Amino acid sequence: MIRNLLPVALALALSLLAARAMAVLPDEILDDPTLEARARALSAEVRCLVCQNESIDSSHAELARELRLLIRERLVAGDDEDEIKAFLVSRYGEFVLLKPPFEAATAVLWFGPFAFLLIGLAVMVIYFRRQSRDFAEQASGGLSHEENERLGRLLDPAGDERPEDEERKGPSS
Amino acid sequence: MKRRLFFFLPVLVFAIVVGLFLWGLQPDRDPREVPTVMIDKMPPDFDYGPVPGLSLPGFSSADIGQGEPVLVNFFASWCLPCRVEHPVLSALADAEEIPLYGVSHRDKPEDAADWLAQLGNPYDRIGRDSGRGAVDWGVYGLPETFLLDGSGRIRYHHRGPLGEKKVQEELVPLIQTLRQ
Amino acid sequence: MIAELGHFSLIMALLAAVVQGSLPFVGAACRRNDWMLTAAPAALLQLLFVAGAFAALTYGYVTSDFSILNVAENSHSAKPLLYKFSGVWGNHEGSMLLWVLILALFGSAVALFGGNLPLSLKARVLAVQAWIAIGFLSFSLITSNPFARLVPAPLDGRDLNPLLQDPGLAFHPPMLYMGYVGFSMAFSFAVAALIEGRVDAAWARWVRPWTLAAWIFLTAGISLGSWWAYYELGWGGWWFWDPVENVSFMPWLLGTALLHSAIVVEKRDALKVWTILLAILTFSLSLIGTFIVRSGTLTSVHAFASDPERGLYILMLLAIAIGGSLMLFAWRAPSLTPGGLFAPISREGGLVLNNMLLAVACGTVFLGTLGPLLLEAFGHKVSVGLPYFNRTFVPVAAPLVFLTAFGPFLSWKRADLPGVLGRLKIAFALGVVASLAAVYLSQGGPVLAALGIGIAAWLFTASLLEWAERVKLFRATPRETWRRIMGLPRAAHGMTLAHSGLAVAVAGMIGASAWSSELVTVARPGERLDLGGYSYLYQGDEAAEGPNYRIERGRFTVERDGRQVAVLAPEKRLYPVQNMPTTEAAIHTTGLADLYVVIGDADGKGGRTVRIFYKPLVPWIWFGTAIMVLGGLVSLSDRRYRIGAPQRRSAAGREAGLADRKPAAAAAET
Repeated sequence: MIRNLLPVALALALSLLAARAMAVLPDEILDDPTLEARARALSAEVRCLVCQNESIDSSHAELARELRLLIRERLVAGDDEDEIKAFLVSRYGEFVLLKPPFEAATAVLWFGPFAFLLIGLAVMVIYFRRQSRDFAEQASGGLSHEENERLGRLLDPAGDERPEDEERKGPSS
Repeated sequence: MKRRLFFFLPVLVFAIVVGLFLWGLQPDRDPREVPTVMIDKMPPDFDYGPVPGLSLPGFSSADIGQGEPVLVNFFASWCLPCRVEHPVLSALADAEEIPLYGVSHRDKPEDAADWLAQLGNPYDRIGRDSGRGAVDWGVYGLPETFLLDGSGRIRYHHRGPLGEKKVQEELVPLIQTLRQ
Repeated sequence: MIAELGHFSLIMALLAAVVQGSLPFVGAACRRNDWMLTAAPAALLQLLFVAGAFAALTYGYVTSDFSILNVAENSHSAKPLLYKFSGVWGNHEGSMLLWVLILALFGSAVALFGGNLPLSLKARVLAVQAWIAIGFLSFSLITSNPFARLVPAPLDGRDLNPLLQDPGLAFHPPMLYMGYVGFSMAFSFAVAALIEGRVDAAWARWVRPWTLAAWIFLTAGISLGSWWAYYELGWGGWWFWDPVENVSFMPWLLGTALLHSAIVVEKRDALKVWTILLAILTFSLSLIGTFIVRSGTLTSVHAFASDPERGLYILMLLAIAIGGSLMLFAWRAPSLTPGGLFAPISREGGLVLNNMLLAVACGTVFLGTLGPLLLEAFGHKVSVGLPYFNRTFVPVAAPLVFLTAFGPFLSWKRADLPGVLGRLKIAFALGVVASLAAVYLSQGGPVLAALGIGIAAWLFTASLLEWAERVKLFRATPRETWRRIMGLPRAAHGMTLAHSGLAVAVAGMIGASAWSSELVTVARPGERLDLGGYSYLYQGDEAAEGPNYRIERGRFTVERDGRQVAVLAPEKRLYPVQNMPTTEAAIHTTGLADLYVVIGDADGKGGRTVRIFYKPLVPWIWFGTAIMVLGGLVSLSDRRYRIGAPQRRSAAGREAGLADRKPAAAAAET
């Protein structure tokens, strides 16, 4: 059933979940399937500048077609993906790439999600630590470790202070 | 007390977001505009052949960098803003006596000829571009206009039709500066 | 005349909202029952008036009254009736009217069905709801009046964008609005609770049904929109991480978190502060979404006509509503009593983890959507699209899907992890089998996709396993099992459905992204094309006429192993009024895959560009979300929600709860 898969699947290993959008016309498709797959993958990362939020792979605009052809020509000529992207950026700026480059300025975009995850984990761990301390406290009669020690000292027969104040538990917390 | 401060974090973040939105709303911001990266760059080598039917020569790399500033304008007959820009552009080329080279982008020669016959032809040269030329110059829409200095370097790149205000405030002074 | 009546009705609605927002609120503070009792009638009156205004606008559309500016700009006499009707909300002003209608609808629902709510809480909830309504009703009346007249009236209108003249898209906005406007209810409950100074299990029980209802609609609305994009836009894409899509997805993520954390508040009286914050933030994201869509701040395929002036007004509303509620939170939340304790490995712990991951996922989408704007403000114009979200969202979502399997198995307060792991052995085995099968069947496709399928299979099996355990499937007599099934609370069935539906949808998403194949070529009539084991015979084109468009239709007979499977007729349409072409893909679903055919332009030499796609598992995306919606509906029908009896608390607990309420308020409570 899921057979006859074109080597398009090869290119997909590069980008995990690329939506297979398509405006490529028959006369654009390269004969070499591997190169064509690379062209498709690269096109999916290039923004169509005359559209609103589409890649050149899925746009029917003339400019999109022009850029698709350009990418294929360059791949056939032996350029690699980074060189082609560099060329496009030199003409149109970083905005033309749908995956922002990895630089100081865009660090917040790339590290942000990871930072959120770390913060989330940290908050969770702190919350559970506090929980388990309160849990143990509850188990030992509602007193913390320090309070238990104080109680011990207060119960010393030599002392006159009434321990009831320390003994009273708060409402179940 | 420190715990209480954490509760103010959401409001703080929200305040920043509102600030960002306020900035985003300012009237002269166009979210769709792609800022140019061509300033101070040399255009790549090019050779646009003449448009058949027009008595004007074509336009190639040899025509720029000849010691004086030139204007380069991408246009087409099917582009409405180009029509709007035409008188402004023509007046500018006349008044400043600056060479105006046109690039007829993705246009049928007959249509281009008709259009120029109708509106007048301010260009000294017109090259024909079937599409790739625009990419080489970082052009994505029409019309777009470049001002090159004497050495052929791009010093000004305007996307969209040229308005009188922009011409007077930005282009004319720059042309005069470049001439010194 | 009807339009003027509608306009008047809208003004009356604003007045009703003003009453609803003032008397009950003051009444709750002063403990005046009679003032608090005005809340419900005011809410109903507000609904009546907004509905009247909406009806008036609809009348204008349906009768093609082009003297109304809004109708003239967005409708046309030749449009089919269905789209005249749905055109009401296919534009900014009309959709704003729909927005306030749904707001009023939810308010009225609480007024009518919130009988078991204590009077002061109900009064405050409806008051807060009214404040939101005042904001948006005044926005509508002042900046986006749908009833403005156009004089002289044109002979015909400018027509609705042909892309919107589609049944799927006609009903996508109402569903979506029921969803994210519906979260206003949770918001109102949260703000009311903060004002009251008390959040407890009873509050959670009252909030949950409304949150669930909103969630159900939002899931359905997003799913409908995605399905529409899939069959309408002509290349089988179903999610583009467009800002407007993200803006509906974020409330969904937080809304899901809210649904789950509210459970902990109800069952264990814990996570109160977090849940209140979530309730506020979920609706805040809806409001921010409304702003982004209508202000033109971000580029998007979907955005309505952008208008910075309207944007400023909405931003002001946002600042007041969200800023105000978050300030209230900062001030009042610290004094909420902390609740029950639990070990990290427990159902509560699992729900905390669930919430954390959902919040991080939401934060990631938020960053990706607004990050470019932030960078632009500092001079860097970058763009963020699908490739970015794949890299950042998927790594958070995948563990979440994986961990969902554990949740139902964990017991409250303290769970036995080794025991749980033991019970999940079968699910794990099946997950591995599914992964291996995927690797084999896709013949060297991406490894991550196979892993993803394994996770989906794991979740699906685990969800069913838990259900099977609870009803003792195959371990007791069928009669006993049946008895257990009937005895299980509906929410339990709902949970199983929702979680397994998620697994199915995820499997579909992986299939769509990783394993589809395509063929694009120029075909001549009589030519046969093969893809995915199916054979497509192109039989040529024909021209035809639709109600308000012209058609070029291709005909394909699809066969497999010599037997005819389907006849597909993709179309290219031209809508003359706006001179706009659209493509209508022809799709045949085998249940396990979609066969998808689109025709392009003719090449002038007798051939035509044809695109054929083979999309395995794609229909599961929508089967899966439909199952999730079903799960939600089943949960909603649980009797416990409708009775809403507050949980009994120990005497000490009641005392503690009373400690932070005004003493007389307790007396005013029914």
